[in-house]
Amino acid sequence: MGRFSRSPWVIHYNGSSCNGCDIEVLACLTPLYDVERFGIINTGNPKHADILLVTGGINAQAAEVLKQIYEQMPNPKAVVAVGICAASGGIFADCYNMLGGADKAIPVDVYVPGCAARPEAIIDGVVKAANILDEKYAQFKQKKKRKRENTHEA
Amino acid sequence: MNWLFALIYVLSAPFLGGLIAGIDLKITARMQGRQGPPIVQPFYDVIKLLHKEVSVVNRAEMFLVVMFLLFMIATGVIFFSGGDLLLVIFALTLASIFLLTASYSTNSPYSNLGADRELLAMMAYEPMVLFTAMGFYMASKTFSVSGICASSLPAIVYLPGIFVGFVFILAFKFRKSPFDLSASHHAHQELVSGLNTEFSGPTLAIVEITHWYENVMLLGLVYLFFAWNSSVSPFLGLAACLLVYFLEILMDNSFARVRWKWALKTVWILTATVGFLNLVILSLIL
Repeated sequence: MGRFSRSPWVIHYNGSSCNGCDIEVLACLTPLYDVERFGIINTGNPKHADILLVTGGINAQAAEVLKQIYEQMPNPKAVVAVGICAASGGIFADCYNMLGGADKAIPVDVYVPGCAARPEAIIDGVVKAANILDEKYAQFKQKKKRKRENTHEA
Repeated sequence: MNWLFALIYVLSAPFLGGLIAGIDLKITARMQGRQGPPIVQPFYDVIKLLHKEVSVVNRAEMFLVVMFLLFMIATGVIFFSGGDLLLVIFALTLASIFLLTASYSTNSPYSNLGADRELLAMMAYEPMVLFTAMGFYMASKTFSVSGICASSLPAIVYLPGIFVGFVFILAFKFRKSPFDLSASHHAHQELVSGLNTEFSGPTLAIVEITHWYENVMLLGLVYLFFAWNSSVSPFLGLAACLLVYFLEILMDNSFARVRWKWALKTVWILTATVGFLNLVILSLIL
């Protein structure tokens, strides 16, 4: 367990979901599933968040909003696509306004399958994303170190 | 002046404050029928925040937040070194003003609305804080904290009304419901956490640590009500601190957030009745 995986704060964005997955995301906060056990907090503020949970397919209007939220999150950050719609567009994939899954707008790290995704699967996805945060931080540090070494050589 | 206590405060308050916050999370979770995070969760949170990318909105923000931390530490140092109680209260207010200004400086609508609410909250609780200092003076004939600790009877004997009022306004200071208007500490989505909207990463970590310092200092003020020249005093004082904090957690979990008008009205009415009445009676009998 690293620094980031012990306190992953989450922000939730609904692209064009039917609300099925959103209800399951919120169900994770209830006493039955209690994600706060893992230090997970549903922040609602991109500036405080480490993990972006996207539900629903992404249409032309939602893409810009999603990009903006993603850019407001400070590094390191990870994205979890919750449900089949956020993964590929799902049942709405062929709609004229639909771009597809969340990965059409931003880089996605973890895909959580299901329609709607079960709370257990969502928690699993978030915990996986939390470990990715640690990896990303290690990479970021290494890159910084390499950069420093390069400047010294030059 | 007792500089040893001040030094102990500066070094141990972040740990103590973080631990109190962790126990708070655990008790809150149990009250809601949840298991809750580990007790050291607040430390995990702050360590993570310190390692996040630095994204500051403007230059003033970081400066003001650091001043918030420094003045909060100064407040505690004055208090725990046995200094002047009035100075403690003014330094505390100044520290809060720095946080407010930092929030206003970011120009975000949510942040500004949170700061507006914090300003209203300060308007609500400041009279009671001043009455507390006045009460201590009337009870012990001194503003010096070490002098109050050396008095022959605990201040609570003279100031039951002031104590009730002070515990009531502590809910503002601890950011507890029903007076958690400005930062929506538990309802994270409301106002996008208001006052703290634009603070992220290390800046937010500093704000958190400052709150730990603040909470320990405020519990010290609760202790002061039970401090007198006796060996029983520390036990009674610490028991009172624990009880008051538990009461705040209970309040937090039992009441919904109120509107600012309601908060201002009730707190001022309470201040004018129990607080002011206590002072009037005290001036008549002493």
